[in-house]
Amino acid sequence: MGIVHGEEMVLNIGPQHPSTHGVLRLHVQTDGEVVSHIEPVIGYLHRCFEKHCEHLTYEQVIPYTDRCDYIASMNNNFGYVVAMEEFLGIQVPERVEYIRVIMAELNRIASHLIALGTYGLDVGAFTPFLYMFRDRERILDLFELTCGARLLYNYMWVGGLSHDLPVGFVDACYRFLDDFEPNLKEYHDLLMYNKIFIERTADVGVLPAEVAIQYGVTGPNLRGSGVQWDLRKNEPYSIYDRFDFDIPVGTGQMGSVGDCWDRYWVRAQEMAESVKIIRQALQDLPAEGNVHEALPRKVRAPKGSIYKRTESPRGDLGYYIISDGKGTPFRVKMRSPAFTALSVLSEIASGWMISDVIAILGSLDIVLGEIDR
Amino acid sequence: MTVDQIIRWFQSLSGSGEQAWMFLAAVVITGLPLFLVLATNAIVAVYVERKVSAFMQDRIGPMGQGAGFHAGKWGLLQTVADALKLLLKEDVIPSAADRKLFVLAPYIIFLAPFLAIAAIPFNQVLQVSDLNIGVFYVLAMGSFGVIGLILAGWASDNKWSLYGAMRSAAQIVSYEIPAGLSIIAVVMLVGSLNLQQIIEFQTGTRWGFLPNWVVFHNPFSFLAFFIYFISSVAEVNRTPFDIPEAESELVAGFHTEYSGMRWALFFLSEYANMLIVTAVAVIVFLGGWTSPIPGLFATAGWGLFWFLFKIGILILVMMWFRWTFPRLRVDQLMHVCWKVFIPLAMLNIFGVGVWALGVG
Repeated sequence: MGIVHGEEMVLNIGPQHPSTHGVLRLHVQTDGEVVSHIEPVIGYLHRCFEKHCEHLTYEQVIPYTDRCDYIASMNNNFGYVVAMEEFLGIQVPERVEYIRVIMAELNRIASHLIALGTYGLDVGAFTPFLYMFRDRERILDLFELTCGARLLYNYMWVGGLSHDLPVGFVDACYRFLDDFEPNLKEYHDLLMYNKIFIERTADVGVLPAEVAIQYGVTGPNLRGSGVQWDLRKNEPYSIYDRFDFDIPVGTGQMGSVGDCWDRYWVRAQEMAESVKIIRQALQDLPAEGNVHEALPRKVRAPKGSIYKRTESPRGDLGYYIISDGKGTPFRVKMRSPAFTALSVLSEIASGWMISDVIAILGSLDIVLGEIDR
Repeated sequence: MTVDQIIRWFQSLSGSGEQAWMFLAAVVITGLPLFLVLATNAIVAVYVERKVSAFMQDRIGPMGQGAGFHAGKWGLLQTVADALKLLLKEDVIPSAADRKLFVLAPYIIFLAPFLAIAAIPFNQVLQVSDLNIGVFYVLAMGSFGVIGLILAGWASDNKWSLYGAMRSAAQIVSYEIPAGLSIIAVVMLVGSLNLQQIIEFQTGTRWGFLPNWVVFHNPFSFLAFFIYFISSVAEVNRTPFDIPEAESELVAGFHTEYSGMRWALFFLSEYANMLIVTAVAVIVFLGGWTSPIPGLFATAGWGLFWFLFKIGILILVMMWFRWTFPRLRVDQLMHVCWKVFIPLAMLNIFGVGVWALGVG
């Protein structure tokens, strides 16, 4: 910034600020508009999730997982029940597996719609946000139809589901997908390929693949950096190995690989891939089956531990569960993908302007509920 | 209907020379309607903005519903209700703020469009002051509102406000240059700074069918219109150039600490400024009160209609921008101004000059 240097100013972004995506505080050192150092301060949403789990039975943990990543509760349920079922050696019915995949992918679409819509807000475009919320609303309607809840579902249980699919769900789901697919193109034309949007995001906040791996960044953020890593393909859990879908990776179409635009683009493409998965799952969905069939009367895990990770919309969501043979877990540790994504912020956002810091933070798609737990 | 005419009328009534009371009375008689115009403009524009944004976003916007009065039919009274609420709100002045400047700033900001509108010709006769340097006066008055913005940002003693104020100072001062340069091109064409004369230059037809507006006059003046219009969007801090009050970055920019009626004054002046810059665009490029169908609807009453109609269209375009585009970054904004618009506007002046000499 030239020869003139003034004093550096410390700016507190948050915890109450329109674009911190929750209650995050950024301790930002600025030289004029240019940010020289960023320190994320977290913990404003800390709810002792992991400590709580030690005093709850294994089934009672599930509603708490809902509240971690509250944008994608189905996927959080999914990770926990998959871990517990492997721990207990439960084989769930086919129908349950299919319904779980449908729900998880619907929730992935809903989560990405929020990520992309609020990202539009971060860079100043208001309208795409409401368009995307309109479609998310329909997904929430489907969830409401299924389990009565719109945000925190407590839908997937160890060994089964809380409810079977309601009558007419499959048709409603098809109707949604048919309406949603053409909308995607509209959103992309409106925001993703907008010249100003490209100016704001291409070449901004480049996250090189090595840095991403060093920090343990996963999910769309890692794929945006050009690394093909998706647990649904690389370590298939549930029945993901039966579906045909692609893993989009960032190619630096508009700037360099791993910039904000690539991360946005990866999420946009993933929505289309999720639609593909849901269509296949709806096609193969077994008509018969009792979703309560494999529910254990009382969950009592054997002595030992398990670590299982699944692909949430934000990346590798891992549950490490230690049991001492009693009715409650000895320890539950959640590996949060948003936490690692936030930890890379100061690395990639230093040296950019305040507006870029907001854009980079938005492109990482963090959820504070999951970071603070 | 200028101030001078009213004073002369008073003189003929009383049979004496000009006296102080005549001047004051004339200013009040002409000033009050202008204030009403600006206030009505804000109320209508806020309502339209709400509805336009709602329709663009697949919503229905404010609606009166249920029993009772609520916000009136189709939410028509929504802005009135908002204004009443703002009037009744507690007036908060932060303890760390520079009290005097903090209180002063909103009035300075509002004064700028209020002074500028005095020289705007609404039709052939409705004009408070027919200045011989009208264009110059309107541009000058329109731009001194930035002093209020800087005062507001500085006096709030808030880091967001300071950022907003510094950004707006840089932005508004920069964008006045291309806006002014593109108007110079027109002034060269017309040979006058008087707003009425600029409009009279645009009466008649061009190539037999188009109205003889400056925007259709030659390719350079066509370009000048776009440079002026985009620069004026930047001057009034509208998206995609709303960086001084960028909500997702600076919370609310320079008016972060303002609330209640003082905040309403910022809002009022934003819409008043929109009215002024679009009025200038209409007068200088789109023929002011002249009819788009040359020869038809050319009376003074229709003149007022056409003038307001054209302003309305341009304001709608600004709203359309706002609800469509993302926001530029501060350095990109400067880049567009200094490296694209100013050279183009300079070239335009040259081009218009050559055209005027060669083609006529």
